[in-house]
Amino acid sequence: MATDNRPLSPHLQIYKPQLTSVLSITHRGTGVFLTLGAFFLTCWLLALADGPAHFAKLQAHLTSWYGQCLVYAFVFSLYFHLCNGIRHLFWDVGLGLDIDVAYKTGYAVVAGAIILTLLTLCLAAGGIA
Amino acid sequence: MSLSTPLAKARGLGSAKSGTHHWIAQRLTAIALIPLSIWFVSSLVCMTELNHQTATAWIQSPLVAIFLILFIIAMFHHAQLGLQVVIEDYIDSRVMKITGLILLKLVSFFAGLAAAIAVLKIYLGS
Repeated sequence: MATDNRPLSPHLQIYKPQLTSVLSITHRGTGVFLTLGAFFLTCWLLALADGPAHFAKLQAHLTSWYGQCLVYAFVFSLYFHLCNGIRHLFWDVGLGLDIDVAYKTGYAVVAGAIILTLLTLCLAAGGIA
Repeated sequence: MSLSTPLAKARGLGSAKSGTHHWIAQRLTAIALIPLSIWFVSSLVCMTELNHQTATAWIQSPLVAIFLILFIIAMFHHAQLGLQVVIEDYIDSRVMKITGLILLKLVSFFAGLAAAIAVLKIYLGS
């Protein structure tokens, strides 16, 4: 189809970012990132199944500063996607769709994801990997 | 002149062919992943020391192996359903879109199966 020269309606660039839209695209973003995490988990399990030598090599990377950054990026993404996913499930049954409620639950999702991540960070103490 | 009934036409040409199944499967796996992901992260957090020995011992419990494989199935199914929509939404070129979708489905299946087999291998202790 020749679509090159057709006029386009205004898109993302004319809208002011709002909490609802930012959380929506973050849900997608964390979903894509968590898929990488799923492949990462496969590698971790394969290394574990392969034996101590292989596993120790992977753990050395995971417990380093860059490994921990990655792990906690996954942890935060998981908590965000989990909290916002629950918000979505409530929407699916028709609850919480009013704008003021959607904002309240939106802030709750952000707070929940941050608190759960910090809690995990504290409880893991030595650092999970 | 078409010989098909209006209902057959609507079924064949409408937009709603398989969307409902995709939608339900995404929600079902999402619901399953709520307890499974919380269980997975808290199990790792609860390990005082994470090394080959403790991780292996953890997976060698039958319940853990079962839940871990359920987690893997739900997670990869959910992930590929979600990424499918992302590819469908953002990739314009038909060739790239279909190639992307095929790769996504095949790679997800492969990675999910590899993870499940790794769990089984550890569980069986071979």
